Amino acid sequence: MQYKSQAVAKPYFIAAIGLFVGQILFGLIMGLQYVVGDFLFPALPFNIARMVHTNLLIVWLLFGFMGSAYYLIPEETETELYSPKLALALFWIFLIAGALTIVGYLALPYATLAKLTGNDILETMGREFLEQPLITKVGIVIVALGFLFNISMTLLKGRKTSISMVLIVGLWGLAIFFLFSFYNPHNLVKDKFYWWWVVHLWVEGVWELILGALLAYVLIKVTGVDREVIEKWLYVIITLALVTGLIGTGHHYYWIGTPQYWQWWGSIFSALEPLPFFAMTVFAFNMVNRRRREHPNKAAVLWALGTGVMAFLGAGVWGFLHTLAPVNYYTHGSQITAAHGHMAFYGAYVMVVLTFISYAMPILRGRAANSERSQVLEMWSFWLMTIAMVFITLFLTAAGILQVWLQRVSDTPMSFMATQDQISLFFWMREWAGVVFFTGLVLYLVSFFVKGETKGANA
Amino acid sequence: MSGIFTKSMARNIFYGGTVFFFLLLLALTFDTNKTLPKLDNSGNLTPQVIAGKKVWETRNCIGCHTLLGEGAYFAPELGNVYKRRGPEFIKAWIQSQPTGAPGRRQMPQFNLTNEELDNLVEFLKYSSEINTANWPPNIEG
Repeated sequence: MQYKSQAVAKPYFIAAIGLFVGQILFGLIMGLQYVVGDFLFPALPFNIARMVHTNLLIVWLLFGFMGSAYYLIPEETETELYSPKLALALFWIFLIAGALTIVGYLALPYATLAKLTGNDILETMGREFLEQPLITKVGIVIVALGFLFNISMTLLKGRKTSISMVLIVGLWGLAIFFLFSFYNPHNLVKDKFYWWWVVHLWVEGVWELILGALLAYVLIKVTGVDREVIEKWLYVIITLALVTGLIGTGHHYYWIGTPQYWQWWGSIFSALEPLPFFAMTVFAFNMVNRRRREHPNKAAVLWALGTGVMAFLGAGVWGFLHTLAPVNYYTHGSQITAAHGHMAFYGAYVMVVLTFISYAMPILRGRAANSERSQVLEMWSFWLMTIAMVFITLFLTAAGILQVWLQRVSDTPMSFMATQDQISLFFWMREWAGVVFFTGLVLYLVSFFVKGETKGANA
Repeated sequence: MSGIFTKSMARNIFYGGTVFFFLLLLALTFDTNKTLPKLDNSGNLTPQVIAGKKVWETRNCIGCHTLLGEGAYFAPELGNVYKRRGPEFIKAWIQSQPTGAPGRRQMPQFNLTNEELDNLVEFLKYSSEINTANWPPNIEG
């Protein structure tokens, strides 16, 4: 570790991993509720479990992004963090606020939680992924602003590299577009329209900048390839991401009461959205092939390559699968959407955060790389989780195709629930794939505690 | 990539492209907002509908159901449920939850008042009259 203040990243990474475990546990519960409908009912209805599952995902990824930024920025800017104390204070505020929110979801009826937390003052709750109480949303904004202040002040006093610029543009974008979560018009169509300005412009917009910057940084470190080359790639990738992704927002505006020209804009631009992810895959493999050094952290290299491949498959291929309006007419809001959502989030954002943690955590613990044994275990966890996610996606896709056929294409369409009964086999298989995923996650946790001979402190 | 294409060119294309396409998104957004009143059924946004939307939100209905195809995929689409089931069925259904049928998916009992039920139904009626370009493909949602 070159700069002392990089150490603040460590608690962020630990919290991220802890919340990741929680997310997967709730995922397993929901997967079981899909086939054993009354499992844990009424103690934990599906809508509450899903809220916990998705909100934990978002929060742990944010912990991962913030931790990564705190680690990356001092080294890129060649100066200590503006205020490590602020970073630590914000860590505890974010963790406690997040934990209290989850406790609120689990302990109180949602309507009571809404009443107690000021939803009557400004109604923002009860919309997918933005279910957080008003006070939590305000807390997120405060934490984000404090974080951005800290990072921006560091950048201002230090070296300005392309990677740090791209990262900071992405992070500011993240904060700015979150502000749309406070806008909830009575008009349902407008509500939905601007809801996507948070959700789509995050995951198919500014988050891709963060993803690209984190991946580029790790690739420079583990391959030793010239910064000029890597940063040029980074710009090309994020150009493709925003040029396709901004108007690509239109693929959410086909059937929600918006003008029909969005079917053209959305189809054409979002059909191009796989391009940045394809470029990212080529980029990752190219850089590793042209490596000028053999970094002792093989696991981090594996995660970096895996991010390229899985982001392309999940976000690129599975996104394209249902993005054209005539196809989406049948698949919209089906298990196809769920299949895409799972692999895209895992392949792009989960994996890039795990790549960064894999690279940075050993250094934060005083070594260039973990022991051979620890790395082997970590690589096992990589394969188990990744292959399990491929199967989760395949089973949900199969379920989705059948669902679309039985419920929407057939001459004698079945009702939603009758269709769900017909495809329950695939939900069972998804659940078992989920158990394998969880096994991989447990191995991942264990890999942090495996000892053995480690290599030098600096690499 | 060849040596002719430099990093600063890539950077300029990034900032230029981003600004251009963001402005295009804003222009399309502006036009959409102008066109919406013809499509979004906002003429029927009565106080009842608005209150119904709040009932919908504060019970986190979107955590199981889809509305115009967006939400969770655990329970039926409700954007067209008004047309599929009608107002009386919807109210009776909500009041009789949970079914308690063993092994079946369960919907919680929300203890809604009659007024809240009426408002929710009005909201679902309003939703079903939004011009969704003929989505969903059939009444089953």
